Amino acid sequence: MAMSRDSNVLPPRAGVGLKPQHYATVLEERPPIGFFEVHAENYLGSGGPPHRYLTAIRERYPLSLHGVGLSIGGEGPLDRHHLLRVKALVARYEPGAFSEHLAWSTHGSAFLDDLLPLPYTTETLSCVARHVEQVQEALGRQMLLENPSTYVAFAESTWSEVEFIGEVVRRSGCALLLDVNNVFVSCTNQGWNPCEYIERFPMPYVREIHLAGHSRDEDDGGGPLLIDSHDREVDDVVWSLYQQALARLGPVPTLIEWDAQVPEWTALEREARRADSILLGSGRVPAARPPRKVPSRAVAG
Amino acid sequence: MPSLAERQRAFATALIDPSLPIPAGVVDPEGRACPRRFAVYRNNVATALIEALESSFPAVRRLVGEVFFREAALRFALAEPPRSPVLLEYGAGFPAFLERFEPAASLPYLPDVARIERAWIEAHHAADAAPLDPAALSGLPCDRAAEIRFAMHPALRVVRSHYPALTIWRMNVADGVPGPVALDAGGEDALVVRPEAQVNVHWLPPGGADLLDALVRGEPLAAAAAAAMRENMDFELAAHLAGLLESGAFSDFSAAAA
Repeated sequence: MAMSRDSNVLPPRAGVGLKPQHYATVLEERPPIGFFEVHAENYLGSGGPPHRYLTAIRERYPLSLHGVGLSIGGEGPLDRHHLLRVKALVARYEPGAFSEHLAWSTHGSAFLDDLLPLPYTTETLSCVARHVEQVQEALGRQMLLENPSTYVAFAESTWSEVEFIGEVVRRSGCALLLDVNNVFVSCTNQGWNPCEYIERFPMPYVREIHLAGHSRDEDDGGGPLLIDSHDREVDDVVWSLYQQALARLGPVPTLIEWDAQVPEWTALEREARRADSILLGSGRVPAARPPRKVPSRAVAG
Repeated sequence: MPSLAERQRAFATALIDPSLPIPAGVVDPEGRACPRRFAVYRNNVATALIEALESSFPAVRRLVGEVFFREAALRFALAEPPRSPVLLEYGAGFPAFLERFEPAASLPYLPDVARIERAWIEAHHAADAAPLDPAALSGLPCDRAAEIRFAMHPALRVVRSHYPALTIWRMNVADGVPGPVALDAGGEDALVVRPEAQVNVHWLPPGGADLLDALVRGEPLAAAAAAAMRENMDFELAAHLAGLLESGAFSDFSAAAA
């Protein structure tokens, strides 16, 4: 089935993270959702039901691909083989956006399957900017880099997280995915002010927002430690930070992420409707943002 | 100040070995060491890898129970961590690990149940291909049938067992009802196929696995049947072939003499 060019663009509406348990409901009921997002690594098999469903859903909705395994912050070279598989997936589904994390997950040849934190140093900056450039060059498109949830800090860090992210954008020419739940989780865990974080974040480069639920734990001193668990509704504080971000940004594609304890479809649709109502009230007329081409020559640090 | 390489080496090493102290310089906002915070990462990594194996080996998990499974999965994950971020491919070595895993020695059929589950996952994600239409063979002259070579469907897997592993697997998947099984009743071979969207697991009659192994090696039909007959006196090729064609085991054939 032919898709119009416009279906490659994520609309400034609420989207939902697509889970296998909801494939059938989505195809039967065609819910009014702005777009769907999947983890690229879950669709790197050769064939079978995952691709059948994703193809059918891609024919009906815009799609965003979200990588969780490129280990962009890893000190070693990028996994070329994996990058080429992601490239083939991007070519196959022509997603409206491809995003990855400011984190590392591979050490040596072992994949540690978590988004691990980075020290914000000038050395890390060069490494991350170089890897983002390599990803954009391989994919032939601009990627979105997501701000992380973190639980520890590093004594050697010399940059603030927001300044670090801004500098990666300047050097690599990438765009950003603002995860508002990650902002609240990291700010609570690091003793930062989340409103200031949103105020200082380089909003002109944000192309997508993530919203998710978090759980509460305690740190070594009995203080609050928030965990980015994606296992429940978006917290009220995160909704209000989201409104603050949209006031600066205008409407942008906004994803509801719910990856653990996945609920009935109706619970996800309810969260999406809440985001949609905030998006509609956020003022400015949405401008379509087609994916930009990678700058022909990225500026090296 | 540690380099990024030193930092990540120390972090990764402490992550997978809980007996190690947390690396110097990993701190809370006040600059203090913070083992509880670091434990979040330790727990995330262990849980993610255990859950990846749990979702691929549900029958094994049901057979041994959650506590036993999680311990076995964790030990496997530490010994053989994934080499790729594509976790749907992780766990190929888990059946062989279970074979060597001393605490599971009293369940000798367990590794073969795990092999069936592994074959199921591989078939689920295998490349799509239309199964060979049995009618395509009907016009073939008898004298050329002996020389047929089949192209295997990409999803096809064969799992041999000296135990009734297929019966045990069936009893322990989603809708299965566990019941008594005579472990000395003889082995079962399983054929795993996915002609369309659905993975099917069939019981292979005696000689079927020998026939398929020979066909997979590229031997022509007559030679493959002879190999099966050597091991199984009352092997009947026609019945086996009909069953395999109907299951969608093949994607194509060629009848040219090699």
